[in-house]
Amino acid sequence: MLSKEETEHIAGLARLGLGEEEIERYQKDLSSILDYIEKLKEVDTGNIKPFTHPVEMSNITRLDEVKPRNKEQTEKLIKLMPDQKDGYLKVKSVFE
Amino acid sequence: MTNESLTIKEAHEGLVKKEFSACELAKTHLEIIKKENKNIFAFLTITEDLALAQSKAVDELIAGGAYLPLLAGIPCAIKDNMMVDGVKCTSASKILENYVAPYDATVVKKLKDLGAVILGKTNMDEFAMGSSTENSAFGITHNPRDLERVPGGSSGGSAAAVAANQTVYALGSDTGGSIRQPAFCCGVVGLKPTYGAVSRYGLMAYASSLDQIGPLAKTVEDARIVFNAISGRDPLDSTSCEIESTQDYSNKKFTIGVPREYFIEGIDPQIEKIIRGKISQYESLGHKIEEISLPHTEYALACYYIVATSEASANLARFDGIRYGYSAKKAKNLLEIYLQSRGEGFGAEVRRRIMLGTYVLSAGYYDAYYLRAQKVRALIKQDFDEAFQRVDAIFTPTSPSLAFKIGEKTQDPLQMYLSDIFTVSVNLAGIPAISIPCGKIGELPVGLQVIAKPFEEAKIFAIAKDLEE
Repeated sequence: MLSKEETEHIAGLARLGLGEEEIERYQKDLSSILDYIEKLKEVDTGNIKPFTHPVEMSNITRLDEVKPRNKEQTEKLIKLMPDQKDGYLKVKSVFE
Repeated sequence: MTNESLTIKEAHEGLVKKEFSACELAKTHLEIIKKENKNIFAFLTITEDLALAQSKAVDELIAGGAYLPLLAGIPCAIKDNMMVDGVKCTSASKILENYVAPYDATVVKKLKDLGAVILGKTNMDEFAMGSSTENSAFGITHNPRDLERVPGGSSGGSAAAVAANQTVYALGSDTGGSIRQPAFCCGVVGLKPTYGAVSRYGLMAYASSLDQIGPLAKTVEDARIVFNAISGRDPLDSTSCEIESTQDYSNKKFTIGVPREYFIEGIDPQIEKIIRGKISQYESLGHKIEEISLPHTEYALACYYIVATSEASANLARFDGIRYGYSAKKAKNLLEIYLQSRGEGFGAEVRRRIMLGTYVLSAGYYDAYYLRAQKVRALIKQDFDEAFQRVDAIFTPTSPSLAFKIGEKTQDPLQMYLSDIFTVSVNLAGIPAISIPCGKIGELPVGLQVIAKPFEEAKIFAIAKDLEE
Protein backbone atom coordinates (compact mmCIF):
# COMPACT_ATOMS: atom_id res chain seq x y z
CA MET A 1 0.00 0.00 0.00
CA LEU A 2 1.30 3.44 -0.95
CA SER A 3 1.56 5.83 1.97
CA LYS A 4 -0.15 9.19 1.99
CA GLU A 5 3.28 10.89 1.93
CA GLU A 6 4.37 8.88 -1.11
CA THR A 7 1.15 9.77 -2.90
CA GLU A 8 1.65 13.45 -2.12
CA HIS A 9 5.24 13.22 -3.32
CA ILE A 10 4.12 11.71 -6.64
CA ALA A 11 1.48 14.41 -7.10
CA GLY A 12 4.20 17.00 -6.50
CA LEU A 13 6.54 15.41 -9.05
CA ALA A 14 3.68 15.31 -11.57
CA ARG A 15 2.82 18.95 -10.78
CA LEU A 16 -0.76 18.03 -9.97
CA GLY A 17 -2.40 20.15 -7.28
CA LEU A 18 -4.65 17.66 -5.51
CA GLY A 19 -6.93 18.05 -2.50
CA GLU A 20 -6.94 15.89 0.61
CA GLU A 21 -9.79 13.73 -0.67
CA GLU A 22 -8.16 13.12 -4.04
CA ILE A 23 -4.87 12.14 -2.43
CA GLU A 24 -6.76 9.50 -0.44
CA ARG A 25 -8.59 8.29 -3.53
CA TYR A 26 -5.41 7.96 -5.60
CA GLN A 27 -3.58 6.33 -2.71
CA LYS A 28 -6.18 3.56 -2.82
CA ASP A 29 -6.49 3.40 -6.64
CA LEU A 30 -2.76 3.36 -7.34
CA SER A 31 -2.17 0.71 -4.69
CA SER A 32 -4.68 -1.68 -6.24
CA ILE A 33 -3.32 -1.07 -9.76
CA LEU A 34 0.25 -1.61 -8.51
CA ASP A 35 -0.86 -4.87 -6.87
CA TYR A 36 -2.18 -6.00 -10.24
CA ILE A 37 1.04 -4.95 -11.99
CA GLU A 38 3.04 -7.10 -9.53
CA LYS A 39 1.98 -9.96 -11.83
CA LEU A 40 4.93 -9.09 -14.07
CA LYS A 41 7.32 -10.39 -11.42
CA GLU A 42 6.21 -13.93 -12.31
CA VAL A 43 7.83 -13.61 -15.74
CA ASP A 44 11.42 -14.79 -16.15
CA THR A 45 13.05 -11.83 -17.91
CA GLY A 46 16.66 -12.80 -17.13
CA ASN A 47 18.25 -12.71 -20.57
CA ILE A 48 15.63 -10.71 -22.39
CA LYS A 49 16.63 -7.49 -24.12
CA PRO A 50 14.11 -4.74 -23.40
CA PHE A 51 11.83 -3.72 -26.24
CA THR A 52 12.76 -0.38 -27.78
CA HIS A 53 11.03 0.07 -31.15
CA PRO A 54 7.79 -1.39 -32.51
CA VAL A 55 9.21 -1.21 -36.04
CA GLU A 56 12.93 -1.39 -36.77
CA MET A 57 14.09 1.85 -38.32
CA SER A 58 17.49 3.43 -38.60
CA ASN A 59 18.01 6.99 -37.46
CA ILE A 60 15.61 9.35 -39.18
CA THR A 61 17.18 12.76 -39.52
CA ARG A 62 16.51 15.98 -41.33
CA LEU A 63 18.49 19.13 -42.03
CA ASP A 64 18.58 21.50 -39.08
CA GLU A 65 17.35 24.55 -40.89
CA VAL A 66 15.00 27.40 -40.11
CA LYS A 67 11.92 27.30 -42.27
CA PRO A 68 10.00 30.47 -42.93
CA ARG A 69 6.61 30.68 -41.23
CA ASN A 70 3.94 33.05 -42.35
CA LYS A 71 2.64 35.72 -40.03
CA GLU A 72 -0.84 34.26 -39.98
CA GLN A 73 0.51 30.99 -38.56
CA THR A 74 2.45 32.83 -35.86
CA GLU A 75 -0.60 34.87 -34.91
CA LYS A 76 -2.70 31.75 -34.46
CA LEU A 77 -0.17 30.47 -31.93
CA ILE A 78 0.05 33.78 -30.10
CA LYS A 79 -3.73 33.84 -29.85
CA LEU A 80 -3.64 30.54 -28.01
CA MET A 81 -1.41 31.93 -25.26
CA PRO A 82 -3.22 32.51 -21.97
CA ASP A 83 -1.28 35.73 -21.42
CA GLN A 84 0.92 37.68 -23.83
CA LYS A 85 2.42 41.09 -24.42
CA ASP A 86 3.54 42.39 -27.83
CA GLY A 87 3.58 38.87 -29.19
CA TYR A 88 5.68 37.50 -26.33
CA LEU A 89 4.45 34.85 -23.91
CA LYS A 90 3.94 36.34 -20.46
CA VAL A 91 4.75 34.22 -17.43
CA LYS A 92 4.77 34.78 -13.69
CA SER A 93 8.11 35.77 -12.23
CA VAL A 94 10.37 32.81 -11.59
CA PHE A 95 12.39 34.46 -8.80
CA GLU A 96 10.75 36.25 -5.93
CA MET B 1 -33.89 8.76 -51.83
CA THR B 2 -32.50 8.40 -48.37
CA ASN B 3 -28.76 8.40 -48.47
CA GLU B 4 -27.67 8.11 -44.85
CA SER B 5 -26.84 4.41 -44.75
CA LEU B 6 -24.55 4.47 -47.77
CA THR B 7 -21.04 3.09 -47.85
CA ILE B 8 -18.21 5.11 -49.38
CA LYS B 9 -18.48 3.28 -52.72
CA GLU B 10 -22.28 3.68 -52.86
CA ALA B 11 -22.10 7.34 -51.96
CA HIS B 12 -19.36 7.87 -54.54
CA GLU B 13 -21.47 6.24 -57.26
CA GLY B 14 -24.47 8.35 -56.25
CA LEU B 15 -22.37 11.49 -56.61
CA VAL B 16 -20.90 10.47 -59.95
CA LYS B 17 -24.33 9.52 -61.33
CA LYS B 18 -25.73 12.78 -59.92
CA GLU B 19 -28.41 10.96 -57.92
CA PHE B 20 -27.68 13.49 -55.17
CA SER B 21 -25.21 16.31 -54.69
CA ALA B 22 -22.39 16.43 -52.16
CA CYS B 23 -24.26 19.29 -50.44
CA GLU B 24 -27.38 17.15 -50.11
CA LEU B 25 -25.33 14.27 -48.76
CA ALA B 26 -23.68 16.53 -46.18
CA LYS B 27 -27.01 18.08 -45.18
CA THR B 28 -28.66 14.68 -44.70
CA HIS B 29 -25.92 13.68 -42.27
CA LEU B 30 -25.82 17.06 -40.51
CA GLU B 31 -29.58 16.83 -39.92
CA ILE B 32 -29.26 13.38 -38.36
CA ILE B 33 -26.42 14.57 -36.15
CA LYS B 34 -28.37 17.61 -34.98
CA LYS B 35 -31.47 15.56 -34.32
CA GLU B 36 -29.68 12.81 -32.42
CA ASN B 37 -26.80 14.56 -30.69
CA LYS B 38 -28.89 15.19 -27.58
CA ASN B 39 -29.49 11.46 -27.12
CA ILE B 40 -26.30 9.93 -28.44
CA PHE B 41 -23.82 12.79 -28.08
CA ALA B 42 -21.30 11.44 -30.54
CA PHE B 43 -20.14 14.94 -31.53
CA LEU B 44 -18.40 17.60 -29.45
CA THR B 45 -18.27 20.08 -32.33
CA ILE B 46 -20.37 20.12 -35.48
CA THR B 47 -18.53 21.86 -38.33
CA GLU B 48 -21.52 22.70 -40.50
CA ASP B 49 -19.96 25.68 -42.29
CA LEU B 50 -16.82 23.73 -43.11
CA ALA B 51 -18.85 20.73 -44.34
CA LEU B 52 -21.05 22.89 -46.56
CA ALA B 53 -18.07 24.76 -48.02
CA GLN B 54 -16.21 21.50 -48.70
CA SER B 55 -19.24 19.82 -50.28
CA LYS B 56 -19.94 22.86 -52.43
CA ALA B 57 -16.40 22.70 -53.80
CA VAL B 58 -16.93 19.02 -54.66
CA ASP B 59 -20.24 19.81 -56.38
CA GLU B 60 -18.39 22.33 -58.53
CA LEU B 61 -15.84 19.65 -59.43
CA ILE B 62 -18.64 17.30 -60.43
CA ALA B 63 -20.38 20.00 -62.45
CA GLY B 64 -17.10 20.64 -64.26
CA GLY B 65 -16.84 16.96 -65.14
CA ALA B 66 -13.55 16.52 -63.30
CA TYR B 67 -12.23 13.18 -62.08
CA LEU B 68 -13.66 12.48 -58.64
CA PRO B 69 -11.49 10.74 -56.02
CA LEU B 70 -13.35 8.05 -54.05
CA LEU B 71 -13.46 10.10 -50.87
CA ALA B 72 -14.47 13.38 -52.54
CA GLY B 73 -17.76 14.63 -51.18
CA ILE B 74 -18.00 11.78 -48.67
CA PRO B 75 -18.88 12.95 -45.14
CA CYS B 76 -16.54 11.97 -42.31
CA ALA B 77 -16.01 12.66 -38.64
CA ILE B 78 -12.73 13.20 -36.81
CA LYS B 79 -11.95 12.20 -33.24
CA ASP B 80 -11.37 15.29 -31.15
CA ASN B 81 -7.69 14.54 -30.49
CA MET B 82 -6.79 15.26 -34.14
CA MET B 83 -6.36 18.80 -35.38
CA VAL B 84 -8.57 20.38 -38.02
CA ASP B 85 -7.25 23.87 -38.77
CA GLY B 86 -9.44 26.57 -37.23
CA VAL B 87 -11.72 24.12 -35.42
CA LYS B 88 -11.85 23.57 -31.67
CA CYS B 89 -9.74 20.58 -30.63
CA THR B 90 -10.17 19.57 -26.99
CA SER B 91 -9.30 15.88 -26.58
CA ALA B 92 -12.48 16.03 -24.46
CA SER B 93 -10.49 17.80 -21.75
CA LYS B 94 -11.28 20.92 -19.76
CA ILE B 95 -7.62 21.87 -20.06
CA LEU B 96 -8.18 22.40 -23.83
CA GLU B 97 -11.78 23.61 -23.66
CA ASN B 98 -11.05 26.72 -25.72
CA TYR B 99 -8.16 25.44 -27.81
CA VAL B 100 -8.52 26.09 -31.54
CA ALA B 101 -6.31 23.93 -33.76
CA PRO B 102 -3.68 26.12 -35.46
CA TYR B 103 -3.02 23.61 -38.27
CA ASP B 104 -4.26 20.38 -39.86
CA ALA B 105 -3.11 16.96 -38.72
CA THR B 106 -1.48 15.11 -41.64
CA VAL B 107 -4.39 12.63 -41.82
CA VAL B 108 -6.84 15.53 -41.97
CA LYS B 109 -4.81 17.28 -44.63
CA LYS B 110 -4.73 14.10 -46.69
CA LEU B 111 -8.50 13.69 -46.45
CA LYS B 112 -9.08 17.36 -47.27
CA ASP B 113 -6.83 17.09 -50.33
CA LEU B 114 -9.03 14.23 -51.54
CA GLY B 115 -12.16 16.35 -51.13
CA ALA B 116 -13.47 14.84 -47.89
CA VAL B 117 -16.34 16.61 -46.14
CA ILE B 118 -15.73 17.05 -42.41
CA LEU B 119 -18.94 17.01 -40.37
CA GLY B 120 -17.40 17.52 -36.96
CA LYS B 121 -15.25 16.35 -34.07
CA THR B 122 -16.27 13.30 -32.10
CA ASN B 123 -16.44 12.68 -28.37
CA MET B 124 -13.87 10.50 -26.64
CA ASP B 125 -12.40 9.62 -23.28
CA GLU B 126 -10.26 12.54 -22.18
CA PHE B 127 -6.87 12.31 -23.95
CA ALA B 128 -7.97 8.86 -25.20
CA MET B 129 -7.70 7.39 -21.71
CA GLY B 130 -10.61 5.04 -21.18
CA SER B 131 -12.74 2.26 -22.58
CA SER B 132 -16.23 3.76 -22.40
CA THR B 133 -16.15 7.46 -23.43
CA GLU B 134 -17.43 8.20 -19.91
CA ASN B 135 -14.18 10.06 -19.17
CA SER B 136 -15.09 12.95 -21.48
CA ALA B 137 -15.17 16.30 -19.68
CA PHE B 138 -18.17 17.34 -21.78
CA GLY B 139 -20.63 14.47 -21.49
CA ILE B 140 -21.14 10.77 -22.08
CA THR B 141 -21.69 9.23 -25.52
CA HIS B 142 -24.50 6.68 -25.62
CA ASN B 143 -24.37 3.48 -27.64
CA PRO B 144 -26.82 3.82 -30.56
CA ARG B 145 -27.63 0.07 -30.29
CA ASP B 146 -28.80 0.57 -26.68
CA LEU B 147 -28.81 4.08 -25.25
CA GLU B 148 -28.32 2.85 -21.68
CA ARG B 149 -24.99 1.38 -22.62
CA VAL B 150 -21.53 2.79 -23.36
CA PRO B 151 -20.23 2.87 -26.94
CA GLY B 152 -16.83 1.63 -25.79
CA GLY B 153 -13.81 3.87 -25.91
CA SER B 154 -11.83 5.82 -26.22
CA SER B 155 -13.01 6.48 -29.82
CA GLY B 156 -16.62 6.02 -28.67
CA GLY B 157 -17.94 9.11 -30.44
CA SER B 158 -16.45 8.01 -33.77
CA ALA B 159 -17.86 4.47 -33.43
CA ALA B 160 -21.31 5.70 -32.35
CA ALA B 161 -21.43 8.25 -35.20
CA VAL B 162 -20.73 5.54 -37.79
CA ALA B 163 -23.16 3.07 -36.18
CA ALA B 164 -25.94 5.69 -36.08
CA ASN B 165 -25.39 6.66 -39.75
CA GLN B 166 -24.39 10.15 -38.66
CA THR B 167 -21.31 9.89 -40.85
CA VAL B 168 -20.12 7.54 -43.58
CA TYR B 169 -16.84 6.90 -41.77
CA ALA B 170 -14.72 8.36 -38.99
CA LEU B 171 -11.14 8.53 -37.81
CA GLY B 172 -10.18 7.24 -34.39
CA SER B 173 -6.95 6.58 -32.54
CA ASP B 174 -5.96 3.32 -30.87
CA THR B 175 -3.41 3.05 -28.05
CA GLY B 176 -4.65 -0.10 -26.32
CA GLY B 177 -7.85 -0.91 -28.22
CA SER B 178 -9.46 2.52 -28.58
CA ILE B 179 -10.59 1.90 -32.18
CA ARG B 180 -11.32 -1.84 -32.03
CA GLN B 181 -13.15 -2.07 -28.70
CA PRO B 182 -15.69 0.70 -29.55
CA ALA B 183 -16.06 -0.85 -33.02
CA PHE B 184 -16.95 -4.09 -31.21
CA CYS B 185 -19.42 -2.33 -28.89
CA CYS B 186 -21.17 -0.40 -31.68
CA GLY B 187 -21.07 -3.07 -34.40
CA VAL B 188 -18.84 -1.33 -36.92
CA VAL B 189 -15.47 -2.09 -38.55
CA GLY B 190 -12.38 -0.62 -36.87
CA LEU B 191 -8.74 -0.91 -37.93
CA LYS B 192 -5.64 -0.32 -35.81
CA PRO B 193 -2.89 -0.07 -38.43
CA THR B 194 0.72 -1.18 -38.00
CA TYR B 195 2.78 1.17 -35.84
CA GLY B 196 4.26 3.67 -38.30
CA ALA B 197 1.75 3.05 -41.10
CA VAL B 198 -0.13 6.31 -40.52
CA SER B 199 1.37 9.70 -39.65
CA ARG B 200 0.52 11.01 -36.20
CA TYR B 201 1.48 14.62 -36.87
CA GLY B 202 -1.35 16.65 -35.37
CA LEU B 203 -2.61 13.83 -33.15
CA MET B 204 -2.44 14.71 -29.46
CA ALA B 205 0.00 12.18 -28.02
CA TYR B 206 -1.08 9.80 -25.27
CA ALA B 207 1.51 6.97 -25.41
CA SER B 208 3.87 7.53 -28.30
CA SER B 209 5.16 3.97 -28.69
CA LEU B 210 1.57 2.66 -28.95
CA ASP B 211 -0.66 5.35 -30.55
CA GLN B 212 -1.95 4.83 -34.10
CA ILE B 213 -4.66 6.55 -36.11
CA GLY B 214 -7.11 4.38 -38.04
CA PRO B 215 -10.56 4.26 -39.64
CA LEU B 216 -13.95 3.29 -38.24
CA ALA B 217 -16.32 2.37 -41.04
CA LYS B 218 -19.44 0.47 -42.03
CA THR B 219 -17.62 -2.12 -44.14
CA VAL B 220 -14.18 -3.66 -44.54
CA GLU B 221 -13.96 -2.16 -48.03
CA ASP B 222 -14.59 1.33 -46.61
CA ALA B 223 -11.94 0.82 -43.93
CA ARG B 224 -9.53 -0.21 -46.69
CA ILE B 225 -10.29 2.89 -48.78
CA VAL B 226 -9.74 5.22 -45.81
CA PHE B 227 -6.60 3.41 -44.68
CA ASN B 228 -5.09 3.68 -48.15
CA ALA B 229 -5.88 7.41 -48.17
CA ILE B 230 -4.27 8.23 -44.82
CA SER B 231 -1.26 5.88 -44.70
CA GLY B 232 2.30 6.49 -45.82
CA ARG B 233 5.47 8.23 -44.80
CA ASP B 234 5.24 11.79 -43.56
CA PRO B 235 8.39 13.88 -43.02
CA LEU B 236 6.59 15.50 -40.06
CA ASP B 237 6.37 12.17 -38.18
CA SER B 238 9.74 10.43 -37.98
CA THR B 239 8.09 7.14 -36.92
CA SER B 240 5.99 6.92 -40.08
CA CYS B 241 6.99 4.82 -43.05
CA GLU B 242 5.93 3.85 -46.54
CA ILE B 243 4.15 0.56 -46.98
CA GLU B 244 5.36 -1.45 -49.91
CA SER B 245 2.67 -4.04 -50.40
CA THR B 246 1.80 -5.17 -53.85
CA GLN B 247 0.83 -8.68 -52.89
CA ASP B 248 -2.52 -9.95 -54.10
CA TYR B 249 -4.32 -11.91 -51.41
CA SER B 250 -7.57 -12.56 -53.24
CA ASN B 251 -8.66 -16.22 -53.47
CA LYS B 252 -5.76 -17.32 -51.25
CA LYS B 253 -6.24 -20.09 -48.70
CA PHE B 254 -4.92 -19.11 -45.28
CA THR B 255 -3.78 -20.84 -42.13
CA ILE B 256 -5.37 -19.13 -39.16
CA GLY B 257 -4.12 -19.35 -35.59
CA VAL B 258 -6.60 -19.30 -32.71
CA PRO B 259 -4.74 -18.58 -29.46
CA ARG B 260 -6.06 -20.58 -26.52
CA GLU B 261 -5.21 -17.73 -24.11
CA TYR B 262 -8.05 -15.67 -25.62
CA PHE B 263 -10.73 -18.17 -24.67
CA ILE B 264 -10.18 -18.16 -20.95
CA GLU B 265 -12.48 -18.01 -18.00
CA GLY B 266 -14.13 -14.60 -17.80
CA ILE B 267 -15.08 -14.39 -21.45
CA ASP B 268 -18.86 -14.16 -21.99
CA PRO B 269 -19.83 -17.71 -23.11
CA GLN B 270 -22.27 -16.30 -25.66
CA ILE B 271 -19.45 -14.26 -27.23
CA GLU B 272 -17.23 -17.34 -27.32
CA LYS B 273 -19.99 -19.31 -29.08
CA ILE B 274 -20.44 -16.65 -31.78
CA ILE B 275 -16.68 -16.32 -32.35
CA ARG B 276 -16.16 -20.10 -32.51
CA GLY B 277 -19.09 -20.37 -34.94
CA LYS B 278 -17.58 -17.70 -37.16
CA ILE B 279 -14.20 -19.43 -37.12
CA SER B 280 -15.81 -22.76 -38.18
CA GLN B 281 -17.63 -20.96 -40.94
CA TYR B 282 -14.32 -19.55 -42.16
CA GLU B 283 -12.79 -23.03 -42.01
CA SER B 284 -15.60 -24.35 -44.21
CA LEU B 285 -14.47 -21.91 -46.91
CA GLY B 286 -11.34 -24.03 -47.25
CA HIS B 287 -9.00 -22.27 -44.82
CA LYS B 288 -7.00 -24.09 -42.18
CA ILE B 289 -7.59 -23.42 -38.48
CA GLU B 290 -4.88 -24.19 -35.94
CA GLU B 291 -4.87 -23.78 -32.20
CA ILE B 292 -1.82 -21.79 -31.11
CA SER B 293 -0.41 -20.35 -27.89
CA LEU B 294 0.62 -16.79 -27.11
CA PRO B 295 1.97 -17.63 -23.66
CA HIS B 296 2.58 -14.10 -22.37
CA THR B 297 -0.94 -12.87 -23.07
CA GLU B 298 -1.90 -12.76 -19.41
CA TYR B 299 0.86 -10.23 -18.71
CA ALA B 300 -0.04 -7.86 -21.53
CA LEU B 301 -2.44 -5.66 -19.60
CA ALA B 302 -0.06 -5.09 -16.68
CA CYS B 303 2.74 -4.40 -19.16
CA TYR B 304 0.49 -1.99 -21.06
CA TYR B 305 -0.43 0.05 -18.00
CA ILE B 306 3.23 0.60 -17.14
CA VAL B 307 4.32 1.54 -20.66
CA ALA B 308 1.26 3.64 -21.51
CA THR B 309 1.11 5.61 -18.25
CA SER B 310 4.88 6.22 -18.25
CA GLU B 311 4.68 7.72 -21.71
CA ALA B 312 1.50 9.62 -20.84
CA SER B 313 3.10 11.22 -17.79
CA ALA B 314 5.85 12.57 -20.05
CA ASN B 315 3.59 13.53 -22.98
CA LEU B 316 1.10 15.37 -20.81
CA ALA B 317 3.83 17.40 -19.12
CA ARG B 318 3.35 19.87 -22.00
CA PHE B 319 0.10 21.06 -20.45
CA ASP B 320 1.67 23.57 -18.12
CA GLY B 321 -0.98 26.31 -18.04
CA ILE B 322 1.50 28.69 -19.61
CA ARG B 323 1.76 28.31 -23.35
CA TYR B 324 -1.79 27.29 -24.25
CA GLY B 325 -4.88 25.76 -22.74
CA TYR B 326 -6.42 26.33 -19.33
CA SER B 327 -4.43 28.59 -17.04
CA ALA B 328 -5.45 28.93 -13.39
CA LYS B 329 -6.35 32.52 -12.73
CA LYS B 330 -5.79 32.55 -8.99
CA ALA B 331 -2.21 31.28 -9.09
CA LYS B 332 0.26 33.58 -7.38
CA ASN B 333 3.53 32.16 -8.68
CA LEU B 334 4.92 29.85 -11.33
CA LEU B 335 4.61 26.64 -9.30
CA GLU B 336 1.00 27.42 -8.44
CA ILE B 337 0.22 27.89 -12.13
CA TYR B 338 1.44 24.37 -12.82
CA LEU B 339 -0.25 22.78 -9.82
CA GLN B 340 -3.60 24.51 -10.18
CA SER B 341 -3.88 24.48 -13.98
CA ARG B 342 -3.08 20.76 -14.15
CA GLY B 343 -4.98 19.81 -10.99
CA GLU B 344 -8.13 21.61 -12.16
CA GLY B 345 -7.76 21.12 -15.91
CA PHE B 346 -7.26 17.33 -16.06
CA GLY B 347 -10.06 14.90 -15.24
CA ALA B 348 -9.87 12.10 -12.67
CA GLU B 349 -8.69 9.30 -14.98
CA VAL B 350 -6.03 11.43 -16.68
CA ARG B 351 -4.68 12.47 -13.28
CA ARG B 352 -4.72 8.82 -12.18
CA ARG B 353 -2.65 7.73 -15.19
CA ILE B 354 -0.21 10.63 -14.86
CA MET B 355 0.24 9.68 -11.19
CA LEU B 356 0.81 6.01 -12.03
CA GLY B 357 3.27 6.86 -14.82
CA THR B 358 5.13 9.32 -12.62
CA TYR B 359 5.37 6.72 -9.86
CA VAL B 360 6.74 3.90 -12.00
CA LEU B 361 9.33 6.24 -13.55
CA SER B 362 10.34 7.84 -10.25
CA ALA B 363 13.78 7.32 -8.71
CA GLY B 364 14.39 3.77 -7.57
CA TYR B 365 11.46 2.18 -9.40
CA TYR B 366 12.60 2.33 -13.03
CA ASP B 367 14.12 -1.17 -13.12
CA ALA B 368 11.29 -2.79 -11.19
CA TYR B 369 8.55 -1.40 -13.39
CA TYR B 370 9.44 0.26 -16.70
CA LEU B 371 12.47 -1.83 -17.59
CA ARG B 372 10.71 -5.05 -16.60
CA ALA B 373 7.65 -4.05 -18.61
CA GLN B 374 9.77 -3.41 -21.71
CA LYS B 375 11.30 -6.88 -21.31
CA VAL B 376 7.88 -8.49 -21.00
CA ARG B 377 6.87 -6.44 -24.03
CA ALA B 378 9.75 -8.02 -25.98
CA LEU B 379 8.39 -11.45 -24.99
CA ILE B 380 4.88 -10.52 -26.12
CA LYS B 381 6.28 -9.43 -29.48
CA GLN B 382 8.28 -12.65 -29.67
CA ASP B 383 5.09 -14.69 -29.06
CA PHE B 384 3.56 -13.09 -32.15
CA ASP B 385 6.74 -13.47 -34.24
CA GLU B 386 6.81 -17.18 -33.46
CA ALA B 387 3.11 -17.62 -34.16
CA PHE B 388 3.43 -15.90 -37.53
CA GLN B 389 6.05 -18.41 -38.59
CA ARG B 390 3.27 -21.01 -38.56
CA VAL B 391 0.11 -19.08 -39.34
CA ASP B 392 -0.89 -16.28 -41.74
CA ALA B 393 -3.19 -14.49 -39.35
CA ILE B 394 -4.72 -14.81 -35.89
CA PHE B 395 -8.41 -14.70 -34.92
CA THR B 396 -9.60 -13.69 -31.45
CA PRO B 397 -12.65 -12.09 -29.89
CA THR B 398 -12.10 -8.30 -29.78
CA SER B 399 -13.48 -8.01 -26.25
CA PRO B 400 -14.43 -10.50 -23.53
CA SER B 401 -17.72 -8.73 -22.72
CA LEU B 402 -20.54 -6.86 -24.44
CA ALA B 403 -21.03 -3.09 -24.28
CA PHE B 404 -21.71 -2.50 -20.59
CA LYS B 405 -24.19 -0.21 -18.83
CA ILE B 406 -23.28 3.43 -18.34
CA GLY B 407 -21.84 3.86 -14.84
CA GLU B 408 -21.25 0.14 -14.36
CA LYS B 409 -17.45 0.32 -14.20
CA THR B 410 -16.67 3.94 -13.38
CA GLN B 411 -15.98 3.28 -9.69
CA ASP B 412 -13.42 0.55 -10.32
CA PRO B 413 -10.56 1.59 -12.61
CA LEU B 414 -9.11 -1.91 -12.76
CA GLN B 415 -12.41 -3.45 -13.96
CA MET B 416 -12.52 -0.78 -16.67
CA TYR B 417 -8.93 -1.57 -17.72
CA LEU B 418 -9.89 -5.23 -18.21
CA SER B 419 -12.12 -4.21 -21.15
CA ASP B 420 -8.91 -3.94 -23.18
CA ILE B 421 -7.48 -7.34 -22.28
CA PHE B 422 -7.76 -8.72 -25.85
CA THR B 423 -6.60 -5.59 -27.65
CA VAL B 424 -3.52 -4.26 -25.80
CA SER B 425 -1.08 -6.97 -26.96
CA VAL B 426 -1.42 -5.80 -30.56
CA ASN B 427 -0.35 -2.26 -29.63
CA LEU B 428 2.55 -3.52 -27.52
CA ALA B 429 3.78 -5.58 -30.49
CA GLY B 430 3.17 -2.75 -32.99
CA ILE B 431 1.19 -5.00 -35.34
CA PRO B 432 -2.07 -4.36 -37.24
CA ALA B 433 -5.52 -5.68 -36.30
CA ILE B 434 -9.10 -5.13 -37.34
CA SER B 435 -12.37 -5.69 -35.49
CA ILE B 436 -15.34 -6.66 -37.61
CA PRO B 437 -18.94 -7.27 -36.51
CA CYS B 438 -19.78 -10.97 -36.60
CA GLY B 439 -23.06 -11.37 -34.78
CA LYS B 440 -25.31 -10.06 -32.06
CA ILE B 441 -26.56 -11.04 -28.65
CA GLY B 442 -29.95 -9.35 -28.46
CA GLU B 443 -29.29 -5.89 -29.87
CA LEU B 444 -25.66 -5.89 -28.79
CA PRO B 445 -22.94 -6.50 -31.38
CA VAL B 446 -20.06 -8.95 -31.10
CA GLY B 447 -16.83 -8.44 -33.00
CA LEU B 448 -13.99 -10.65 -34.16
CA GLN B 449 -10.40 -9.46 -34.26
CA VAL B 450 -8.07 -10.36 -37.12
CA ILE B 451 -4.37 -9.83 -36.40
CA ALA B 452 -1.49 -10.04 -38.89
CA LYS B 453 2.21 -9.27 -39.26
CA PRO B 454 3.47 -5.68 -39.50
CA PHE B 455 2.41 -3.93 -42.73
CA GLU B 456 0.08 -6.75 -43.77
CA GLU B 457 -3.04 -4.61 -43.73
CA ALA B 458 -3.85 -5.83 -47.25
CA LYS B 459 -3.98 -9.41 -45.97
CA ILE B 460 -6.19 -8.35 -43.06
CA PHE B 461 -8.63 -6.69 -45.46
CA ALA B 462 -8.73 -9.77 -47.71
CA ILE B 463 -9.49 -12.08 -44.79
CA ALA B 464 -11.95 -9.69 -43.14
CA LYS B 465 -13.91 -9.34 -46.37
CA ASP B 466 -14.52 -13.08 -46.44
CA LEU B 467 -15.65 -12.97 -42.82
CA GLU B 468 -17.99 -10.04 -43.36
CA GLU B 469 -21.69 -10.78 -43.24
